[in-house]
Amino acid sequence: MPRVKIPRKSTAIDMTAMCDVAFLLLTFFILTAKPRVQDPIPVDQPSAAIIEQLPENDVAVLTVAQKKIFIGVEGVEIRKHLLQEMDTKYKIGFTPEEVNQFSALSSFGVPIGNLKQFLALTPDEKKAYVQPGIPVDTTETSQFYDWIRNARKVDASLNTKEMTIAIKGDSKEEYPTIAMIIKALQKQKVNKFSLITNVKAIPK
Amino acid sequence: MAELDTSGGGKHKGGKVRTKKKSTRVDLTAMVDLAFLLVTFFMLTTTLSKAKSMRLVMPDKDEKNPKDQMAVPETRTLTILLGANHKIEWYRGLPGKFIGAPTTDNFGKNGIRKTIEEVKQKIFDESGGKPMIVLVKPSDHSVYGDMVNIMDELNIAKVDIRAIVDILPGEVDLLKRDNNY
Repeated sequence: MPRVKIPRKSTAIDMTAMCDVAFLLLTFFILTAKPRVQDPIPVDQPSAAIIEQLPENDVAVLTVAQKKIFIGVEGVEIRKHLLQEMDTKYKIGFTPEEVNQFSALSSFGVPIGNLKQFLALTPDEKKAYVQPGIPVDTTETSQFYDWIRNARKVDASLNTKEMTIAIKGDSKEEYPTIAMIIKALQKQKVNKFSLITNVKAIPK
Repeated sequence: MAELDTSGGGKHKGGKVRTKKKSTRVDLTAMVDLAFLLVTFFMLTTTLSKAKSMRLVMPDKDEKNPKDQMAVPETRTLTILLGANHKIEWYRGLPGKFIGAPTTDNFGKNGIRKTIEEVKQKIFDESGGKPMIVLVKPSDHSVYGDMVNIMDELNIAKVDIRAIVDILPGEVDLLKRDNNY
């Protein structure tokens, strides 16, 4: 009896649809990509149940941990203008090259006198360098006061928007540090803050 | 990878030489590999979750016109003091003129949340439907996390009239007395 031959099927699969999907996803991720920003200092954020979204633009994030303050302003253009504004006051004389360097920094915490040296470091050296934090006190002459004031001024003139001040604090940070920042900011009539928190469910 | 050869081909009886029809299919495997590699890369390097935040409104400090400040009715006030080691002390009334004794409390479902709910209801009943006013006073030994926690509790309890105020020396003594400082 002749054997019934089963025709051999090809093992190749049509990849077209898979390829389509893969590239669709790829396009989506490329367009929505925003590189993850490393915190300049490890921060253990507190959690809260009732929260809202932090706006993505026109935000200044103050990272507070170990009694140090780091300032991060969103927007490359704003950062450029901010450094120029600060330069007119402190007369350090930043070169356009340094302004460009500064606009790439997502967050920094060095006194303005040391900023020139800090900007000259290579990215690896910047990571290794222990930043001392922005000098702050409750008076109207501290560098911290000027940074925030000028950042708000630049944001108001470029985007005609009120800048949101967000505080990203370590939950173990002693309260006086936070109180000092809040007092310094209230001197320039900033009374609304956004405290960056993690999300938690309302504990039952 | 092997593809089905659909071109037919082979020798025909007629002896006519035909050019072999080439398959128009392209092997997409490598392309898919690459695409998924990139997808993985972008997935891992982007932050999908946006930052969440809690809104904090501080009372406007008008140092020029201190008289504009609102007087706080003491019968409707709940003062929460934040001490060291996540300890809380609360009292009603004014410092020195307590309504009931100051009580030590802690965070949690049976701690401050219950207290806030109870006092809120009590003040609501006593004052004939007026809301409670909460003053949060973090001491120098309290931590930022506690402050966020207590504001969150007030948000949960829907207490809208609240403020973070500087602690008074008398209240620090109170925390010290009860070993909360």
